[in-house]
Amino acid sequence: MEVGQMQRRWVDYTKSLFLEGILDGQFLQLQQLQDESNPDFVVEVVSLFFEDSEKLLNDLTRALEQPSVDFKRVDAHVHQFKGSSSSIGAQRVKNACIAFRNFCEEQNTDGCVRCVQQVKQEYYLVKNKLETLFAMEQQIVAAGGSIPILELSF
Amino acid sequence: MEACNCVEPQWPADELLMKYQYISDFFIALAYFSIPLELIYFVKKSAVFPYRWVLVQFGAFIVLCGATHLINLWTFSMHSKTVAIVMTTAKVLTAVVSCATALMLVHIIPDLLSVKTRELFLKNKAAELDREMGLIRTQEETGRHVRMLTHEIRSTLDRHTILKTTLVELGRTLALEECALWMPTRTGLELQLSYTLRQQNPVGYTVPIHLPVINQVFSSNRALKISPNSPVARMRPLAGKHMPGEVVAVRVPLLHLSNFQINDWPELSTKRYALMVLMLPSDSARQWHVHELELVEVVADQVAVALSHAAILEESMRARDLLMEQNIALDLARREAETAIRARNDFLAVMNHEMRTPMHAIIALSSLLQETELTPEQRLMVETILKSSHLLATLINDVLDLSRLEDGSLQLEIATFNLHSVFREVHNLIKPVASVKKLSVSLNLAADLPVQAVGDEKRLMQIVLNVVGNAVKFSKEGSISITAFVAKSESLRDFRAPEFFPVQSDNHFYLRVQVKDSGSGINQQDIPKLFTKFAQTQSLATRNSGGSGLGLAICKRFVNLMEGHIWIESEGPGKGCTAIFIVKLGFAERSNESKLPFVTKVQANHVQTNFPGLKVLVMDDNGVSRSVTKGLLVHLGCDVTTVSSIDEFLHVISQEHKVVFMDVCMPGIDGYELAARIHEKFTKRHERPVLVALTGNIDKMTKENCMRVGMDGVILKPVSVDKMRSVLSELLEHRVLFEAM
Repeated sequence: MEVGQMQRRWVDYTKSLFLEGILDGQFLQLQQLQDESNPDFVVEVVSLFFEDSEKLLNDLTRALEQPSVDFKRVDAHVHQFKGSSSSIGAQRVKNACIAFRNFCEEQNTDGCVRCVQQVKQEYYLVKNKLETLFAMEQQIVAAGGSIPILELSF
Repeated sequence: MEACNCVEPQWPADELLMKYQYISDFFIALAYFSIPLELIYFVKKSAVFPYRWVLVQFGAFIVLCGATHLINLWTFSMHSKTVAIVMTTAKVLTAVVSCATALMLVHIIPDLLSVKTRELFLKNKAAELDREMGLIRTQEETGRHVRMLTHEIRSTLDRHTILKTTLVELGRTLALEECALWMPTRTGLELQLSYTLRQQNPVGYTVPIHLPVINQVFSSNRALKISPNSPVARMRPLAGKHMPGEVVAVRVPLLHLSNFQINDWPELSTKRYALMVLMLPSDSARQWHVHELELVEVVADQVAVALSHAAILEESMRARDLLMEQNIALDLARREAETAIRARNDFLAVMNHEMRTPMHAIIALSSLLQETELTPEQRLMVETILKSSHLLATLINDVLDLSRLEDGSLQLEIATFNLHSVFREVHNLIKPVASVKKLSVSLNLAADLPVQAVGDEKRLMQIVLNVVGNAVKFSKEGSISITAFVAKSESLRDFRAPEFFPVQSDNHFYLRVQVKDSGSGINQQDIPKLFTKFAQTQSLATRNSGGSGLGLAICKRFVNLMEGHIWIESEGPGKGCTAIFIVKLGFAERSNESKLPFVTKVQANHVQTNFPGLKVLVMDDNGVSRSVTKGLLVHLGCDVTTVSSIDEFLHVISQEHKVVFMDVCMPGIDGYELAARIHEKFTKRHERPVLVALTGNIDKMTKENCMRVGMDGVILKPVSVDKMRSVLSELLEHRVLFEAM
């Protein structure tokens, strides 16, 4: 596949992510921060996000498996996760976290368990999509092209 | 006569005979009565007597016998019947008892006799044991002596002490008159008297080694008695009527290090022995005992071992001394070499500068002079000066280059350059020279030769120039052709360069340049010499053309540095020659072309440094948002420090930080309290950094709280670049911002 075609594919894919609401404007901001002095900024931040999220999700799951759930802790974790995901621009994850926090305030265990599943789902979805995106970027760079800059208007 | 029951004696009383009988009976009775008394007395005295009741029996027997004889006394004269009856009873009893005793004795006497034999046997045994005890004691003493001797011998590693001690101790232990050691000489044909006990400085007696007595001693590992008259035993002149004491000789193996094989120890393969001779004191009638001989043998072995240890030690000391000497010598040599290298480098460094400066002056001024009005003679002179100084400059450069090349300190200057222009320039340079000689120069560059390449342009040009220059120099007529193309794998391998293995890769290509001339050609055997320094073919033609002979050597070095190969082919004198070289160059990077009609804008990202060097401190416990915020600020040119906890924050905060972004939603931390503490810390307003709260909450209460604790601003996470930029500019301008929601 030739470079131009790959770039077009990348653009389409990215646009789809935004249209589906998986990513929001914050992700664009991150892309804007990537430059020659910081060529892997986005990948680094996203990897950091993945690491953090794995840990947080494990902690959350374990905390909710306890016989008596410590809602304060759960809330703290969800707060963290909400912060991370909003910094990345993972919109759907962030929204799921917001819903989760409400259940925490109500101290509704069942609701929380359901939310954890939801959050996990959203997280894995965005992780999958982002990994695909990065793979495409790598292909473009390997073929000698450069990643185009998107400017989407919201 | 009245009838008395008297018994008449047997025969008439013969007066004398009767008297004697009477007396004897009396004494017999006496004796018979005293014997049991004695027996009882002595048996009572003795502790052990097993047959007491036999004694009783015997006593009874004797008493009765005595009684019989006593009663007999009365029968010599007229006696009554009572007496006769008593007599008879006594006799009967005696008979009974004596028969019983006789019968008893049959049993007892063999026992008594066997006791005797046992006693004899035990005595013999005791004597034997005594003897053996004596033997053991002697052996023990011998052992003690040996141990003591060994200890003395082995307590030193000095050969002389060992031998001297051996002789002294042996002499003492065995009370010898004389003890001597004969060592083999260097030639191995004689034994020399080396050490003696009594004589202090033995004069060098020598004895040939192949005497029968010596051979006999050497062939056995036992101590052998030898005649006192043999040459080895006759050390002092015999004075008078000495009856010389017995002499014993034993061999002492002189072991070398090589004798100690692991498996068979010790194989006495060299068979070098010393002879130890021991003499008992004369006139003492002492004889050599077996245990003494054994002692001597053991000592001889120990001495052998001790001597070999001493020898080994000597060897190793000698080796060590030698090594030390060598070490010192090597050190000195190394230092000298280093000094020499340093001197040479200094020299070169100085020369480099000192020589070039005047050269430069000469060349510059001569060329300037060339530009002025000159007469033809003057012009000729100036041109000669110029030519000579050019040559000299080239020579200086070549020498300096070569020495740097040899050092390995020369490094190629890799850069992107125009390959085609290199060849064109060489062509331009060489054309005038060639046309003077009426030579035509043609340049062919292959179509697939890249225009741009990565490598050392200067050195490449030097190589090409040198090769082409040689071609021109050695051709008197004809043409020169220069061809350059990208070498494919078939043309890369040259059978003459078996160690040249070019490796194809995507980033590099091999440039092959062939320069063919129709000049004088070269002999096949001269070809290898071409590339050696200062070597020149001695033909007249070449002598006249000048040159130091360094050019090709330098070219070869450069080509090697470029991982290539250079060689010359020629079919012989007068048939011209072709110089070929291959060097490795890199492909120049392609320029970035991204033509995308779909994307709205393609802009090169350049760093926007709106706030260059602004020192900012970011506190956030969430790793992801921390790095995002940091990335934002770095993109704007700030100098960002990040902390993730209060402690770190307090540790790091200083007056240098102009702006502080803190996440006030950090769990377990009251961001507001922290702000209050910062206010305490920095009392003066202009010292205090601008405090901005980062939060995900946008409610009114948050805003109020922030205002209350003295925050200068509140920003809602997540922040965009533009937002951050405007925030920072406002903050720095007004030092207050509460609108960034």
